[in-house]
Amino acid sequence: MLDDIGVDSIEQLFAGIPERLRLRRMLDIPKSLTEPELLEYFRRRAERNAAGYASFLGAGAYRHHIPIIIDALISRSEFFTAYTPYQPEIAQGTLQAIFEFQTFITQLTGMEVANASLYDGSTGLAEAILMAQRVTKKNRFLIAKTVHPEYRAVITTYAKNLGLQLETIDYSDTGRVDTADIEKRISDDVAAVVLQTPNFFGTIENAHEIADIAHRHGALSIVNVAEAMSMGILRAPDTADIVVGEGQSFGVPISFGGPHVGFMATREKFVRQMPGRLVGMGQDFRGRRAFVLTLSTREQHIRREKATSNICTNQSLCALMATMYIATVGPAGLRETGEQNILKTDYAVQQVRTRTVHDVLFNAPRFNEFVIQLKDDLAARSRKLLQNRIVPGLQLSRFYPELSNAMLVCVTETTTKAQIDAFVEGLE
Amino acid sequence: MSSPDDLLYTKEHEWIRVSDNIGTVGITLFATKELGEVVYVELPKVGDRFKSGDAFGNVESVKAVSELFIPVTGEVVEVNDDLGNAPEILNEDPYGKGWLIQVRMKDPSETADLMSAEEYGDYTKEEE
Amino acid sequence: MSEQNRTSTHFQLNERLVFEEGSAGRRGFNLPALDVPQRRISEVVDQGMLRESIDGMPELSEVDVIRHFTRLSTWNYHIDLGLYPLGSCSMKYNPRINERMARLDGFMHAHPLMPNELIQGALEVQKALEQCLAEISGMDAVSLQPAAGAHGELTGILMIRAYHESKGRARTKILIPDSAHGTNPASVAISGYVVENVPSNAGGTVDLDSLRKAVDGEVAAIMITNPNTLGVFESQISEIAEVLHSHGALVYMDGANLNAMMGITRPGDFGADVLHINLHKTFTTPHGGGGPGSGPVAVRKILEPFLPYPTVGVKPDNSLFFDYDRPQSIGKMKAYNGQFGMHVRALCYILANGPEGLKEVSEIAVLNANYIRAKLKDSYALPYDSPTLHEVVFSDRIQARKDVHVGDIGKRLMDYGFHPPTVSFPLIVPGAIMIEPTETEPKQELDAFIDAMRVIAREAEETPEIVKKAPHTTRIGRIDEAGAARKPVLRWKSPTSPAR
Repeated sequence: MLDDIGVDSIEQLFAGIPERLRLRRMLDIPKSLTEPELLEYFRRRAERNAAGYASFLGAGAYRHHIPIIIDALISRSEFFTAYTPYQPEIAQGTLQAIFEFQTFITQLTGMEVANASLYDGSTGLAEAILMAQRVTKKNRFLIAKTVHPEYRAVITTYAKNLGLQLETIDYSDTGRVDTADIEKRISDDVAAVVLQTPNFFGTIENAHEIADIAHRHGALSIVNVAEAMSMGILRAPDTADIVVGEGQSFGVPISFGGPHVGFMATREKFVRQMPGRLVGMGQDFRGRRAFVLTLSTREQHIRREKATSNICTNQSLCALMATMYIATVGPAGLRETGEQNILKTDYAVQQVRTRTVHDVLFNAPRFNEFVIQLKDDLAARSRKLLQNRIVPGLQLSRFYPELSNAMLVCVTETTTKAQIDAFVEGLE
Repeated sequence: MSSPDDLLYTKEHEWIRVSDNIGTVGITLFATKELGEVVYVELPKVGDRFKSGDAFGNVESVKAVSELFIPVTGEVVEVNDDLGNAPEILNEDPYGKGWLIQVRMKDPSETADLMSAEEYGDYTKEEE
Repeated sequence: MSEQNRTSTHFQLNERLVFEEGSAGRRGFNLPALDVPQRRISEVVDQGMLRESIDGMPELSEVDVIRHFTRLSTWNYHIDLGLYPLGSCSMKYNPRINERMARLDGFMHAHPLMPNELIQGALEVQKALEQCLAEISGMDAVSLQPAAGAHGELTGILMIRAYHESKGRARTKILIPDSAHGTNPASVAISGYVVENVPSNAGGTVDLDSLRKAVDGEVAAIMITNPNTLGVFESQISEIAEVLHSHGALVYMDGANLNAMMGITRPGDFGADVLHINLHKTFTTPHGGGGPGSGPVAVRKILEPFLPYPTVGVKPDNSLFFDYDRPQSIGKMKAYNGQFGMHVRALCYILANGPEGLKEVSEIAVLNANYIRAKLKDSYALPYDSPTLHEVVFSDRIQARKDVHVGDIGKRLMDYGFHPPTVSFPLIVPGAIMIEPTETEPKQELDAFIDAMRVIAREAEETPEIVKKAPHTTRIGRIDEAGAARKPVLRWKSPTSPAR
């Protein structure tokens, strides 16, 4: 090969790099490991992550059953080693699957169009806010304090330099957003009212009522769904203008926080302001049904600095996992899973209320999370639970200083009655 | 590519047909060929006002977006709504049914800076 | 022709949309029975908040699902099938051990908000990867939080902004060479800066004189790709950095092309202040049909205070923790701390290679690209003659005389069993054909590709219609993209229900 190129050594191929810029030593990284050594290296580390614990942590990353076939299917090279489907003739598999994902998301959200996915729920919500600014040309946003605090932090980072004004709407003692506060603060300079349902406390919001308020004042309604599993049983936020969320619950492992899969859906009339890839159905020149990336002129590789977003990738493989999950469990499975989440959570709430001295805050209906305000020391209780190999709920004071001695507890269909009972016993 | 003699042309490949103080604006055949199959046209609303040289909309093909620049200062009095449902008209008949907007011109003397069909023909030859 | 033509036909079944499959009552997965007392759901949640059935959602058995997605999968080209010469994308083999390691229970089920003492293993992985990436790039600190390359760009530009603000003023402009990726200007725009383009010179690199004129006190940074999108190393990179630094501006490097220089030269040593690294390019995390990616940022000391929070901190007892106490941080870029599953894979790849292995990766990647360049330069025009590293950019200038364009050449490659190269990019080369073979490919695969490209060049000369109508052997032919864009159909609609 060197002869064909016309050089004597590989070294000569790097002649374009000035001598003085070359690294004149080996990289200082660990020496190479063989396969058995790698297995050992990673196994040792994997074992140091709460192996064998029951967990009551949710807060945006949820434990749900993942049917075995999903991993079998996404482990096919054809899916996981393919590139972005820019060449539709040889990427119909990915394209059709994404089209199916888009359709599932519209069915679940009650919206008219959905994109091919975004990085995750938090960045998806930030994109929704930028989109609402483009649609309305307004800069003021009313954001419920019960939107996932990390999502709100991400929005703040994104919005900081774009002249957007983000205002927080407090929650009421039912656990829902304070509607009166929205009514008081909304005016025709508001671009959108941003709500999460179920909200960060697990409380189910009345998204339709909030959308009505927004619409009366010429604002958009943005609904964020951090727990996608709720969409299989709860009424769709179908009067909203943009529905975004995190699809991790649909067959994607928590994996220490990523990769997960953001989704975004909206009304047809806003599609040209929507960020991210879109797959459309069309025909090849012989009239056969075919799928293709479409409306690409919105995107950065064409419009550059005028694009709707700088986003380039989607979370294709995770979107595929979500598609496979929904296809496998089906509408009846989604509903049953939703019911089990609600009923098991309700059981846990009743147990805490009847068997312990602690308060369960907020009375509006919940999906799979709830807040316990402890009567004694939270840190001591947490230590005790951990000793019993139970990971307690999230300590809320980090995000809500006013809830100084409270934890956010998550119960899903994977949580057994025995685990709930052991958890409650730890609080007695 | 010959261009109609009764129109005036810009360097950004728009044309304008002037009748009294109303100017009808479109894009040239050369522009549509460069762009390829037009899939979407974004136009202003009736009543919008522009200064000559302002961007007033976009034309999109599958893989490109071109901004549209208005040749004269004025107010939009009519918009070609047919392009919304059938953007392909722009490829089929750029000087006729594919017109984009009509403007009430503020200062008809502005057209003095535009090119004649012959000048535009020479100009596009250079661009090729 | 037959010897070059490695395509064939085999079983490839048609498959309808998932919504057109299955039948009522089927299910592919069953839940264990409810083990808490059964209550009517409407006693817990008001009936008005519950949904009716989900219109149009299919009901499928396990086998239905397996068959459906397996059939779809056979319609994809993928790296395990053959060379994937997409320039700027570093399509390399995705080692299977990476996949296995990312699926270890302790990683898959670790929750990002667990107490620090329960996530030491995951934090160790993140810390080890941070250290490796810092060493490979010659930088001082790393954040693994960004979700993808473009997200890393945004993170980096926001840090540059925070840095300037800490000095008193954010400044207003970012310079970008005309050969840059489209994500660069898009990332700059949503950071609140204005883009100013810098022209390339005849050699395809940044024109230093134009640059000197462009830099003033309003310039916050330059965003530069090195080696650039032509595969050419910016030989004056340290002079470029000097010009920027002398005006108090910074150098952002797009790390898309890191595969050309691991162990050979380091961005931190040639003047970059911040760069993002695409784990899905250089470090073999799979592309997954368009994601997930992962785009860590590496920075010099001066930018470390501005890294997104949390960072992975080290306590005096050497235990690790998520450090949220970062007062100068730009904030959070994403919930939690990045695409952890990709971090495991990338670290696994780095550890498998070691220092010698990574250097060899870059050497072979550059060798392969130069071999293709040497073998194809008589068939295709080479718009820039400068020496190139891991990729090479040809143009369709010769073929265009017969009205055969880069897109056609790419489509015809499919008939010979290859994925097309990157086409029509970079924008400074009309009809660009951008080829990056990576180190994955053995000589035999390169030769087969070279043969196919040469045959296509000959066809373009002798029988151009064959190339212009390609592909001929794929499951579907060219798509009416204009038709799809004019009347977009973005979801399946149930034929039995009225349109919303």
